[in-house]
Amino acid sequence: MKEHWMAAISRIASVIGVVLMLSAPGFAVTPDEVLQDTRLEVRARELSRTLRCLVCQNQSIDDSDAPLAHDLRVLLRERLTAGDTDAQAVGFMVARYGNFILLKPPVQADTLVLWFGPALLLMVAAIGFGRYVGRSAAAFSAETAPLKSDEQERLDVLLRARRST
Amino acid sequence: MQRLLSLIPVLIFAAVSTALGLSLSNDPRKLPSMLIDKPTPIFALASLEEGGSGLSSDDLKGRIVLLNVFASWCAGCRIEHPMLMALAENSGIPIYGVSWKDERASGARWLKANRSPYVRVGDDQSGRLGIDLGVTGVPETFVIDRTGRIRYRHAGPITDDVWQETFAPLLAELRTERP
Repeated sequence: MKEHWMAAISRIASVIGVVLMLSAPGFAVTPDEVLQDTRLEVRARELSRTLRCLVCQNQSIDDSDAPLAHDLRVLLRERLTAGDTDAQAVGFMVARYGNFILLKPPVQADTLVLWFGPALLLMVAAIGFGRYVGRSAAAFSAETAPLKSDEQERLDVLLRARRST
Repeated sequence: MQRLLSLIPVLIFAAVSTALGLSLSNDPRKLPSMLIDKPTPIFALASLEEGGSGLSSDDLKGRIVLLNVFASWCAGCRIEHPMLMALAENSGIPIYGVSWKDERASGARWLKANRSPYVRVGDDQSGRLGIDLGVTGVPETFVIDRTGRIRYRHAGPITDDVWQETFAPLLAELRTERP
């Protein structure tokens, strides 16, 4: 009786497992968008992962189900099919929607703070921390400087007095 | 001096958090347009209305015009519609319409039912003109000057306030420009 149960459970589990393995994750890219030319399609997928969906804003057009993202994916594939280089195709998008469409902002004058600000802050913090540590180390070694001879004498007197009591 | 120096991290923190705090009130939908001061993209659209003449970039030449991108499925456009009607009647600025990513029949029906504020309406069912204009949603309105350059882009419905604060002064300025 117990074996039957076990068999049933393991069969159900394996069915669920197979279903999960066979089901592809939900892609925004629909089959009719996909190019015949695999190499172009791979380039299109890679580029569309770097382009922001202007409607959802934090998704790439590759991820987004928004109609505008669909249009941009199709347009991107058209550009690549027409012989655009990756840079030309991306430039086409930037000319219309600005750098905002790039999920990774380019390094230029007005993005220097964005790119290097965190590293700069970290450096400032490291320097500050180094100086702080250095100063307290100096303070510590000043405190443990050897006693002067008169100080040593007074200490000896005190210690002797204490021992004798 | 040492005292003041030790305040620097606190000041930096205060400045950064103030800047970030203020930027929370920015509207992330307000994106700068790439087309400001650039010529209007060249286009030729079929008419949305049955038997109407289409809309092409040549139609916009020589005058200050508004190009309004709308769709019958768009709630903001319904809010904006009475304002556009009033402008069409009183402002003296011709308004041209682009029906964006919409079924032609629905767009035409919607205009018929609500009256059309447009001199001409083009049908951009594919949304390609929208992409050339950098449209991210509807309604959007472009101000085009006499030389055919886009001078301003407004995303969202035109309200009384928006008209008074932005459009009216800009149009007054454009009128003074020599063609």
